[in-house]
Amino acid sequence: MKYDIIVVGGGHAGCEAAHISAFMGKNTLLITMNKKNIADMPCNPSIGGTAKGVIVRDIDALGGLMGKVADESHFQIKMLNSKKGPAVRSLRCQADKTTYPKNMLKRLESTKNLTILEAMVENILVENKKVKGIVLANDNEIYCDSLILTTGTYLKSNILRGTINIEEGPHGEARSNFLSDNLRKLGFTIQRLKTGTPPRIKKESIDFSVCSEEYGDTTFFTFSHDDDPKYKIEEQQKCYLVYTNEVTHQIILDNLDKSSMYGGYVTGVGPRYCPSIEDKIVRFKDKLRHQLFLEPESMYYDEWYIQGFSTSMPEEVQEKMVHSIKGLEKAIITKYAYAIEYDAIDPLQLKPSLETKIIENLFTAGQINGTSGYEEAAGQGLIAGINAVRKLDNKEAFVLKRNESYLGVLIDDLVTKGTKEPYRMLTSRAEYRLLLRHDNSDLRLREYGHQLGTLTSQMYENYLNHLKEIEELKSFLKSTKLEISDKIKTYFSEKNYSIPLNKTSLFELLKRPEITMEFLESIQEIPFNENCKEIVSIEIKYEGYIKKTEKEIERMLKLEEKQIPIDIDYNKVKNLASEARQKLETIRPLSIGQASRISGVNPADISILTIYLKKEYGKDE
Amino acid sequence: MEDTIVAISTSLGVGAISIIRVSGNKSISLVNSIFKGEDLEKVKSHTIHYGFIIDKEEIIDEVLVSVMLSPKTFTTEDVVEINCHGGIATTNRILELLVENGGRLAEPGEFTKRAFLNGRISLLEAESVSDLIESKSESQRRMAISGVNGRLTAIIKKIREDILNIIANIEVNIDYPEYEDALEITHEYLKEKGKTIKKDLELLLSNAKVGKLIKSGIDIALVGRPNVGKSSILNALLNEEKAIVTDISGTTRDLIEAHMTLNGIEINLIDTAGIRETEDVVEKIGVDKSKQIIESADLIILVLNNNEELTKEDQKLLEQIKDRKHIVFINKDDLETKLVLKNNLNIIKGNTKNLDGLEKLKQKIIEMYNLDQINKKDLTYLSNIRQINLVTESLKSIEHSLEDIEKEIPIDMLEIHLRHAFDTLGTLIGETYEDELIDKLFKNFCLGK
Repeated sequence: MKYDIIVVGGGHAGCEAAHISAFMGKNTLLITMNKKNIADMPCNPSIGGTAKGVIVRDIDALGGLMGKVADESHFQIKMLNSKKGPAVRSLRCQADKTTYPKNMLKRLESTKNLTILEAMVENILVENKKVKGIVLANDNEIYCDSLILTTGTYLKSNILRGTINIEEGPHGEARSNFLSDNLRKLGFTIQRLKTGTPPRIKKESIDFSVCSEEYGDTTFFTFSHDDDPKYKIEEQQKCYLVYTNEVTHQIILDNLDKSSMYGGYVTGVGPRYCPSIEDKIVRFKDKLRHQLFLEPESMYYDEWYIQGFSTSMPEEVQEKMVHSIKGLEKAIITKYAYAIEYDAIDPLQLKPSLETKIIENLFTAGQINGTSGYEEAAGQGLIAGINAVRKLDNKEAFVLKRNESYLGVLIDDLVTKGTKEPYRMLTSRAEYRLLLRHDNSDLRLREYGHQLGTLTSQMYENYLNHLKEIEELKSFLKSTKLEISDKIKTYFSEKNYSIPLNKTSLFELLKRPEITMEFLESIQEIPFNENCKEIVSIEIKYEGYIKKTEKEIERMLKLEEKQIPIDIDYNKVKNLASEARQKLETIRPLSIGQASRISGVNPADISILTIYLKKEYGKDE
Repeated sequence: MEDTIVAISTSLGVGAISIIRVSGNKSISLVNSIFKGEDLEKVKSHTIHYGFIIDKEEIIDEVLVSVMLSPKTFTTEDVVEINCHGGIATTNRILELLVENGGRLAEPGEFTKRAFLNGRISLLEAESVSDLIESKSESQRRMAISGVNGRLTAIIKKIREDILNIIANIEVNIDYPEYEDALEITHEYLKEKGKTIKKDLELLLSNAKVGKLIKSGIDIALVGRPNVGKSSILNALLNEEKAIVTDISGTTRDLIEAHMTLNGIEINLIDTAGIRETEDVVEKIGVDKSKQIIESADLIILVLNNNEELTKEDQKLLEQIKDRKHIVFINKDDLETKLVLKNNLNIIKGNTKNLDGLEKLKQKIIEMYNLDQINKKDLTYLSNIRQINLVTESLKSIEHSLEDIEKEIPIDMLEIHLRHAFDTLGTLIGETYEDELIDKLFKNFCLGK
């Protein structure tokens, strides 16, 4: 049996990779241990979040599935940071853990060229450093031209709770025992990472009357650029907020040595930004309470997730901890929290296309690359899928730049800086985030999608229409001039705004910091959709800031253009610091720009490298 | 950088000794090949050896040779320094010999460049080294050294740290919008912090002005009608006969520059040709130049004659210096007072005959420039235009953010200004990579540093 592309793993990365590869016309096989766990959400019941929400938008702009499936599977949606500036707004939804995987599976099953197989992969077939296929646990071999590994946390995973240490993956699924060892044999550096998840409790056992309520937004939002909202505002489900207290903290401190982490039973490195409750209490001793969010996992069963309470304490301590919280005194724990350790590769062994440097036509995406989060995984899956196809078609790799998408930032960080803890996307990682906004995602990426062949014709048309509408809105604002009647005068003075000259265009008025689109709409109807209005008013209001960012991008791109020949011998570059030499040798950056972002390569090394390139390669540099 | 570079590292001229510096992995064998004495390839690091520089059989000079092995040297490479007898001919001959034997003449700033590229000194330190070598007075030297020691770097690091702290806090607010744990950065908070940072940067810049004083000294122009005693004052200040003093009007036709130090600060005295309307062509050139000097000097000392009534020319000069930093020195107060002047705050009376009033004059200058305070201060000044421009740019970014706070621009947008300030300061201390900066920088360096 032979496929063009095999994707191993049916998580968020695997789904996007398999879908896009099949959509782009490759005969694709997706191998998962259990169809039931396709697009599984083993941790939080939400999709999106700060920065992550923009990733979901970007995935959608490029023809991926996550945004559309999230739109049809959530029971609450919110725009985060809506009161802050436009650059940091981001969507998050509470996705239903029952419907999300189902909807995803439905889409995959209806994707042409895609076959799904339930099996366990234990080895990779390699010939002359090139992928040939895979070997299943039952020793069957399946051949392929390209292979994408999206194994999530299943490589040699251990579930940890107190002193308990079980060799299995999430949901008691079997772990892959040999794949990571075989990767090591092929020359990969394997690292051990850790993450965790909080306890789940039974809905009926929660005393909601003492918890504060958290609502969804009252305006409609979608992740997708193509679909209209499919939910009813008033039918959104509430989440709840509770707090830890001094009793909780005392229980944790008294039992610290029993936690897997603090008892010394964990070797993997956990994420700093997503600490366990033990961590929070030890590190922030003066905090009297910590917030915990209670979120329903699904409308089809009554388990609730305690966001912010991940722990690796033994079960009996978890009981005490949960019961110490106001509102959860009688809570029944349905699933205990656990920490999970798993194998991952060092992402420095990847090219920006997500192909490995060691084995040709082998791609990896998601947690195996050291990331954390559904969205980060899905985004990589999409890019790996696209590039696996392009490699087979002898086309240049599709690499997004840091100023084009969070996905560009994510992958550049991974392959340039590597990661020693599960990598989570943060807005602060994106230096040009003013351009990487929620609202302009399609403007940034749809054209690429069109060129790559990852969009349906309808999707591309939606984008063209959107573009047209934005232009129409701009000319509308420029041509619509405000007649300053007495009424308008009073209206302006009431607001303490200075009165504009007669016949000032709306476009000019918007340049004034105090005048918003909403204010203008209270005077003059502006018949355009919200997204267009948002984009245009951001462009007008923050023009100076955008220009400043663009200037910085220009500088960055200049360094990006200075390519480093792939055959460069760093041993011949005299005077490099030995750390820099070693880093450059392993990472082999493609440009001076990329080289300058490697930690441990300092400006002096960059100068030496630049001088060397000038000397050795002259104008080619 | 495999080749070995050579250069004369003392200033060319008639000094007692000259030093030729050689750096690179062949520097020891190179010097050894023209050295008669101990085998330099066998000597210990950081030792000095007596011997001769020879060209085949001919002895060129009697020298002391310092051998310093990598990495504890200025460039971190093997360095040899030849102390030879001063004099252009000998020094050049040795330099030629070194080049003939495989050395390459160093490009301007190349030693410092190597030190920088080899990671021994930061960009700021590299600039300071050039300052150190150019320094003439004790204050200049201390300032340059303090740069080399990275004291300025430490101050800028501290400001960057402060900015980074705010940025980090803003980031937490953005990435964890629902968490109450992080301090919420409000416009008020940012305003307060921004003002502090603004002050820090302004202090750096105002200190930079003092830094300029230390580096370039104060240009003082002595102006006045002919024969009021400018040259005598100059000589009295210098205690030497530099200007030609005669009783004939218009003797000093050239602009005489002399240097003295006041409280360790270099004073450049410029004695202008007596200024008066004249038909004499030679003298006219001098007069035009004097007017230029009034425009460009830091301080003008107008000399008037106590024994004469105020002339039109005097009035014209008073008018010219009115808006400039100035002192009026009324000379010849030992003679009868015929001069009547309206109240002018910066008047000092005296006479060069008895050397009266000259101490007062010096004190006045010290007072005007707070020279007595400079020496007590930490000498951590930005010492060149590039540094000052970068700090000014950072300051502008901070000011921008403060202005935009008033417009209620969202915090996360204001952060763009903060990041810019942070990056710009990073460029200053070499922590942000900037493309052509380095090449440009080293081009501005002089040979053999």
